[in-house]
Amino acid sequence: MTLTISGLTVSIGGAEILRGVDLEVGAGRVHGLAGESGSGKTVTGLAVLGLLPHGSRTAGRIELEGRDLLAMPAKRLNAVRGAEIAMVFQDPATSLHPMVTVGVQLTEHMRHHLGVGRKEARDRAVGLLAKVRIPSPGTAVDRYPHQFSGGMRQRIAIAVALACEPKVLIADEPTTALDVTVQAGILRLLRGLCDDLGLAVLLVTHDLGVMSAVADEVSVMKDGLVVETGPRGQVLTEPRHAYTRVLLESLPGDGPKLPQEER
Amino acid sequence: MSPTSAPSNEPGPGTAAQGATTAPAPPGRTGRGPRGSRRPLARFLARRVAVALLLAVAITLVTFVLTNLVPGDPVSANLGQQALGDPAIVAQWRADHGLDRPLPEQYLLHLEGLLHGDLGMSQQSHRPVRDDLAEFVPATLELAGTAILISLVLGVAFGVIAALRRDRLSDHVLRIASLIGISVPTFWLALVAFYVFFFRLQITPGSGRIDPGMSPPPQVTGLYTVDSALSGQWDVFASAVGHLLAPALVLALYTIGLLTRFTRSAVLEVLGQDYVRAARAKGLPGRVVLFRYVLRPALVPIITVAGLAFGSLLSGTVLVEAVFAWPGVGQYAYKSATTLDLPAVMGVGLVVGLVYLVINLVVDVLYGVVDPRVRVS
Repeated sequence: MTLTISGLTVSIGGAEILRGVDLEVGAGRVHGLAGESGSGKTVTGLAVLGLLPHGSRTAGRIELEGRDLLAMPAKRLNAVRGAEIAMVFQDPATSLHPMVTVGVQLTEHMRHHLGVGRKEARDRAVGLLAKVRIPSPGTAVDRYPHQFSGGMRQRIAIAVALACEPKVLIADEPTTALDVTVQAGILRLLRGLCDDLGLAVLLVTHDLGVMSAVADEVSVMKDGLVVETGPRGQVLTEPRHAYTRVLLESLPGDGPKLPQEER
Repeated sequence: MSPTSAPSNEPGPGTAAQGATTAPAPPGRTGRGPRGSRRPLARFLARRVAVALLLAVAITLVTFVLTNLVPGDPVSANLGQQALGDPAIVAQWRADHGLDRPLPEQYLLHLEGLLHGDLGMSQQSHRPVRDDLAEFVPATLELAGTAILISLVLGVAFGVIAALRRDRLSDHVLRIASLIGISVPTFWLALVAFYVFFFRLQITPGSGRIDPGMSPPPQVTGLYTVDSALSGQWDVFASAVGHLLAPALVLALYTIGLLTRFTRSAVLEVLGQDYVRAARAKGLPGRVVLFRYVLRPALVPIITVAGLAFGSLLSGTVLVEAVFAWPGVGQYAYKSATTLDLPAVMGVGLVVGLVYLVINLVVDVLYGVVDPRVRVS
């Protein structure tokens, strides 16, 4: 399933945040969205799910399998959210409900969207926790988020996002709040899930290192516009746009290291 | 505190006004991992109840000491001029009431009596204090309980509406109304309400707990509404409810305003949390997002304020009882204090102290029920 964004403009409270964004994320691909803070990366991700703040005005198209999400009535969009498009947020410490068990957070939307029974939902939840490599998933489902470390929580958040087997995953800075040592594990997990499940992943990050590690395509945003887009190898090694070069030069050392073997 | 750096074990939004109630566990002490998770709620409850029992004993000591520190001689307050002139009568009276023994011994006797449910004889009514309290305490509890119930339902509902409709007309109206509710002094409101609705408009019944010609329902709980319903006397029930509404609403107005404002800010704070956005991203139905993701976390500060509000509401009953001639414990306390009826004063002090204790226990337990992190710590 392909997610196609074309000519997306968003203004919030009179300020124009996005000025005609074009993006395409294909099944089984990780599309990295880079750019400095305030360039509109996160707003792009939120717009796909219709989670922009009240009073936002949008124009353009966000297409999923020929359906325009922007033109969809609220109720139908709510049926797409979580079920077909899921999202992973930046800080797993705040994106999980602190007072509800991991099991409930893994199963509530599953039961709502897929009509799965209590018992089966629980079994699936255990399976999902195993898939994101949470140790002893059978007991983990009955615990609360604060009983896990940050990296484990982000794995749980990813499991929550995958619960209804969505086709598109929007990951908004999923490793930014984590230790560097934990980051690599989360990125490997995302990459693996993308390959195994044929997920279309939109990976929002300001970190070009993260980008070079997992992305297939890379888009660079500046001031609400995509200024450059293309295959990772090309954008990160032979950038065409001046701004991309600035971003790359701001990295310490010799710039992003590309993995030796191309996939 | 920025949302990105907030520790996950933060005890919930806006836990400011804690005062008398015990605060939920401080951040940093929670998050201990899986151990301690075996039957945490039961252990949490047991610990809270044990503390409450110790505090109950402390309350008996405090009421006893305070009552005996009060300057004033119960002898001169209770005996006539003639009797006071006769040392033999005075000595006899003091011996009868145990006032000739040393204070520690008096306290132990007092405690022993308490264990048998004996609160002493009221020197004014010449009845056991226990019987007096059994008559007056339910009246006050019925009034205060109704008021807090009304406040919780209306205050929380108004607060949620105002938060969800932030900066729109209904929000502004509710905010101004709640400010008025907080600002109006209860005794003044009681007088005005009594005057306008009873004397002028005659839409509320007058003073007392039921209509003058009626006899109270057979006492089971002492709450007229409950007792009349239990015995099927529906005319008495209607009268009791009618008499209850006006004073309860007057009493509730302040707490409604308070709860509206606190609920509004608590809900607004939770609405800005990442997990609410995450819940929306999961495509959950609006009511699930509202109740599970917004209201439940917002309950922590609301419970705190409600506990404190109940305390202030109890002190408000004294004035409201006076205006509406409600035969409650406030009136009884006033009478016994002005006549230095020490056993009665101690009895009232004990009951009020225990009521506060129970409120705080309930608040603590509710923290544990609402927020699992409190249990585990």
